[in-house]
Amino acid sequence: VRPFRYASAAGPSAAVAEVARSPGAKFLGGGTNLVDLMRLGVETPDVLVDVARLPSDRVEERPDGRLHIGGAVRNSDLAAHPLVRERYPVLAQAVLAGASGQVRNLATVAGNLLQRTRCLYFQDVTKPCNKRVPGSGCPAREGDHRALAIIGHSEACVATHPSDMAVALAALDAAVGVVGPGGEREVPFVGFHRLPGDEPWRETVLEHGDLVTAIALPPLAYATRSRYRKVRDRASFAFALVSIAAALDVADGVVRSARVAFGGLAHVPWRAARAEAVLHGAPATSETFARAAQAELAEARPLRDNGFKVALARNLLVRTLSELSEAP
Amino acid sequence: VTRVADGLARVEGREKVSGAARYSAEHPVERVAHAFVLQATIARGEIQSVDASAALALPGVVAVLSHEGAPRLQPVDDGELAVLQAPAVAHRGQIIGAVVAESLEVAREAAGLVRFDYREEPHAVELRTDDPRLYRPDHVNPNYETDTERGDFEAGYAAAEVKLDQVYRTPAVHNNPMEPHATVAAWDGDRLTLYDSNQGSTIVRDTVARAFGLAPERVRVITHHVGGAFGQKGTPRPHAILAAMASQVTGRPVKLSITRQQMFAFVGYRTPTIQRVRLGADRSGRLTAIGHEVAEQSSTVREFAEQTAIATRMMYSAPNRRTAHRLARLDVPTPSWMRAPGECPGMFALESAMDELAIACGLDPIELRVRNEPEVDPEEDVPFSSRNLVACLREGAARFDWADRDPTPAARREGRWLVGTGMAASTYPARRRPASATVRVEASGHYTVRINATDIGTGARTALTIIAAEALDVPPDRVHVAIGDSDLPRAALAGGSMGTASWGAAVHGACRSLLAALEARDLAIPEAGLEASVDTTAEVEAQSRLSRHAFGAQFAEVRVDADTGEIRVPRLLGVFAAGRIVNPRTARSQLVGAMTMGLSMALHEESVMDPRFGDYVNHDLASYHFAANADVRDIEAVWIEEDDPHLNPMGAKGIGEIGIVGTAAAIANAVHHATGVRVRDLPIHLEKLLG
Repeated sequence: VRPFRYASAAGPSAAVAEVARSPGAKFLGGGTNLVDLMRLGVETPDVLVDVARLPSDRVEERPDGRLHIGGAVRNSDLAAHPLVRERYPVLAQAVLAGASGQVRNLATVAGNLLQRTRCLYFQDVTKPCNKRVPGSGCPAREGDHRALAIIGHSEACVATHPSDMAVALAALDAAVGVVGPGGEREVPFVGFHRLPGDEPWRETVLEHGDLVTAIALPPLAYATRSRYRKVRDRASFAFALVSIAAALDVADGVVRSARVAFGGLAHVPWRAARAEAVLHGAPATSETFARAAQAELAEARPLRDNGFKVALARNLLVRTLSELSEAP
Repeated sequence: VTRVADGLARVEGREKVSGAARYSAEHPVERVAHAFVLQATIARGEIQSVDASAALALPGVVAVLSHEGAPRLQPVDDGELAVLQAPAVAHRGQIIGAVVAESLEVAREAAGLVRFDYREEPHAVELRTDDPRLYRPDHVNPNYETDTERGDFEAGYAAAEVKLDQVYRTPAVHNNPMEPHATVAAWDGDRLTLYDSNQGSTIVRDTVARAFGLAPERVRVITHHVGGAFGQKGTPRPHAILAAMASQVTGRPVKLSITRQQMFAFVGYRTPTIQRVRLGADRSGRLTAIGHEVAEQSSTVREFAEQTAIATRMMYSAPNRRTAHRLARLDVPTPSWMRAPGECPGMFALESAMDELAIACGLDPIELRVRNEPEVDPEEDVPFSSRNLVACLREGAARFDWADRDPTPAARREGRWLVGTGMAASTYPARRRPASATVRVEASGHYTVRINATDIGTGARTALTIIAAEALDVPPDRVHVAIGDSDLPRAALAGGSMGTASWGAAVHGACRSLLAALEARDLAIPEAGLEASVDTTAEVEAQSRLSRHAFGAQFAEVRVDADTGEIRVPRLLGVFAAGRIVNPRTARSQLVGAMTMGLSMALHEESVMDPRFGDYVNHDLASYHFAANADVRDIEAVWIEEDDPHLNPMGAKGIGEIGIVGTAAAIANAVHHATGVRVRDLPIHLEKLLG
């Protein structure tokens, strides 16, 4: 670990000012990913500004009907919150599907969004990686990429975003509250993370010094009928091979509206807009669900060893929507 | 006579759970410096130059070691231990240096600043059956015949009414004990003390002494507690040499604890295997030919040939037999022992093939095994000391309701789950090695047993306490067992499932001898105490020639998600016949632990080689998966009474390894029963079951 300075800030704007001052500074949340990467030499910040103790640690309903989740809320607290469990079960399930109890107790909501890919080459400083060392190459494309992207990837990068929570947030049309050197703003969740393109090191739309202070969830009545299903290599404590967050509004056998997002497929939590378009107004049958999956996965370009993710994503979508449509 | 019938809780349990037990890296040493290992980043070639200037300029750095200027070592028979003796690089991740600093953090930071320039050579790191490098090693681990042939295999196989010819593959897997390897080294003049995590400090002491040109008595190796090893700590590993060297160079005690990532590079692993099994049988399922031919790998620095096919030599009766091992020396890290080397990967192949043959013959897989039960060891042609495989199969079948099983594959569904059951046999040799022990009684009536046994988390200390208490006919709380120090009487390592048999015989003998001396004095203990010692070398060498093995039967229930291929194992049952079980409490945990590791082998474990770089890329516990708690549901291990008088005074066969033998085959066989898909290459990842 390169020596670094640890700083704590009195409030969000002080934290932002502290980080903005120094190009090598980073915000520290729970540290469950950042500290690992520092040990590995992947991250070498010279200043860590602790934001896990900022007062943005509450989950509350706002007058506009949105549920406001502070950036410093611990993952465990988010998953356990009664309003989350009641109104957005897909989010509680997604959070609980991630990591382990110990990690969730430490990890923050903002940190969860900003965790880095678990691509093995990204985490090994003795190997090339365009995300770590721009222009050095992507060994994953021809290497061990079984767990990596099948959609939206580029020549430069085939990494996946590892978060479960973010997949649910993508489905729920969340918004990200940001405080930056230029003041406060809100960024739609879909679009917050970037596809890798030619600049895989730019993972979100945030600029240096931007601090995620909150997530806002708009009301979605039928999200009470929502589900997160994660498929991984063991029963617990592994990143998703493919996961799905889905909510379904069915009346008289017809899909009125649906929300679908996938994890484990892409560099971003993958909102399945094409699938949703097929679902909208169609009969709630497994044929419809299969067509929706087909539409979404038509542009998948799997790599040598991860073609199974296409079938897995399709089966997951059909199975999960079938269960939601049959649920009382 | 004292009988510790219900078993004894671990005698060091309180120390361990309260944090008082010291593992190697935890021993406080004055003026200690910290070392961090430097590793090669090429797979083959030579170091051209080393630039340590930036590292040495960092405050807190004490020294940088590389092959340039490192102390010269005496040769030992493991090439991996010739640490920093030459600029050659034999595999990626090989130790090429160390940084020694005032703190671990500084050492690690400085490690990133040392620059090595290489001349790279082309490398080969992939095991293939068409590799011209494959050759016939002189013997396989530790000293078995490389190939065997009985009868006429080719003719017998060609004439068989039912034939099976399949290739089974197991991947490279890494032992991954919870405690990483660690050594604290301290010189005092020409005396060297090591606190080292290993499976036998006598051999570590002897090897380190030889490497540094010292008389063995000048080296002391202390190994009080070990947080798991699974074979990977069975021989001295290169970091121990490096720690001693770093201490020699700096004149400071040095602590070296390797990282989890480094555990995939230079401390050993199980070789990948490619195994061709041919079984020939008549229509009634009687085997007429058994062939098992194996390809596996070792490094260019040391020949390690896993004895993968040896269980096939004694499991089943057949007149025509062949086993063969071929080895490719590749530019890879050196494989070594991992729990049941040989039997574990070999029995995955044999017991999968037996399941396939049972289906081909239309026979129940248990019945197929019973029909091929040999009367004597089929290749050695000597009697078994005891063989209760059939009893294990019958007991397991009764407990698992096997009689109700419909053999049709892919015929049971519960909701989204396809359900199946499978079984496989287990076996492991019952070996023993010479050992010496001393027992002393004080006037107070307290006994101290001294023997350089090692407790690698198995409960060895506790088992020896029971053996001593029973031999002395005193309650166990009157006995203290001192182990884990090379200054204690010499003993073999904790490996090969022979610790209890080897050490226990010496402890039992010493205790009996002391008791006889006490009885001669009408049990009056002299004021100065009384002592007795035993060395079992002659006794071990005089053992009659018999085939000595433990046996078992394992049963698995498997559920496979019809949409996703996710696999769950709700139930595993193992029934074992392993002689007398000395301590039921720790024995159960050994067997259940090994079956868990077998489950992990079946479904999860795989070290992925990237052939361009030459290393195992998934080198941490986030990406090298083994079973998590949620994967482990109902695992039950039981044993049958077995009285074998041809073993040792305890009548014990050893239980450290048999539990992992056969588990993966039982699960793969159950997966076939659930889905109709036969998976012959481990691990059984879900994509192999997705339609």
